[in-house]
Amino acid sequence: MAKIRGSVTINKQYCKGCELCVYECPQDSLKMSTKLNTKGYHFAFLAEDTCTGCINCALVCPDACITVYRGTKKNQLSTVKKTTNSSSKMALKAL
Amino acid sequence: MYNMVDVYISERILTPDKSMDKVWERPDLLIDVPNHYCPGCSHSVVHRLLMEVVEELDIMERTIGIAPVGCSVLAYDYLNVDMQEAAHGRATACASGIKRVFPDKIVFTYQGDGDLAAIGTSETIHTVNRGENIVMVFINNGIYGMTGGQMAPTTLEGAKTSTCPEGRNLDLMGHPIKIADMIALLDGAYYVTRQAVHNSKTVRKTKKALLKAFQYQIDGKGGTSFVEIVSNCPSGWKMTPLEANDWLAKNMFEYYPLGNIKIPQKEE
Repeated sequence: MAKIRGSVTINKQYCKGCELCVYECPQDSLKMSTKLNTKGYHFAFLAEDTCTGCINCALVCPDACITVYRGTKKNQLSTVKKTTNSSSKMALKAL
Repeated sequence: MYNMVDVYISERILTPDKSMDKVWERPDLLIDVPNHYCPGCSHSVVHRLLMEVVEELDIMERTIGIAPVGCSVLAYDYLNVDMQEAAHGRATACASGIKRVFPDKIVFTYQGDGDLAAIGTSETIHTVNRGENIVMVFINNGIYGMTGGQMAPTTLEGAKTSTCPEGRNLDLMGHPIKIADMIALLDGAYYVTRQAVHNSKTVRKTKKALLKAFQYQIDGKGGTSFVEIVSNCPSGWKMTPLEANDWLAKNMFEYYPLGNIKIPQKEE
């Protein structure tokens, strides 16, 4: 069974660094940044590619700054191929 | 805690693919500004849930909210529905008036424990006793958050606040009020429930409770819907948001158990 793939974007400027989403994430995909936003808070960000788009982080986020995306069943396989291509391209660029 | 060195090396923010569908985003009715609440505060979660419910029921054109006095005094800056500010504790009285003048509008009040359970006890009880067809949302965090963490009527036994630094003493200061249980005894109450928003499971349940409460008002079955939400106050309790949520789960639910207290008789 193909794993459901998901992703989140977090509005850095609205995040207040309460860490509730990091604690709530069942896949441990989110982490707190060492950088600060303009208000002086460490913001959360998507660090691991294990997100399944379960919306738990968005439900507990007090500042409603998380947007959740999920791959549909139809494009599951194609997205996997695309990401492997894009990640290899990024690795090449880094080199 | 996370390891600072590891994070610094691998700090590359992942972005979604174009093929993915958006499954959750900030509700349109929540005005797109950063809110003033402390990090981890439950107020903003409940604001968001209210706006999701209003959006789902498609009643934004005819909803009127009553803002209280307390931390959420500026709720009208975030909720994109018609709002009215009330004097301290008088939100329910204000809502009764609005509902009687505009019976086809959907009216809700949003109050904290200092507002609803302390200065506004009389208005609260008499509004429910009259069976006004409104929704009352009660945020119970056991402290006066806005003024700097003084003791509230709902403060638990032994809890330390700035006006009871040695813990609440029941002989001297009386017992915490279980306002939802008290209100459920009145015949005017139609739906009384107690929920929480400290993790994703309880957030889902709270949203369902709010949906029910608003639906009962739309159906006009008569009677007040009362939703108590046990909340945290990280700044007032002098804890981090995670510690506050843990403390809430360990201590508050013993005295304020979650669940429906009064449900309409047909559903029983």
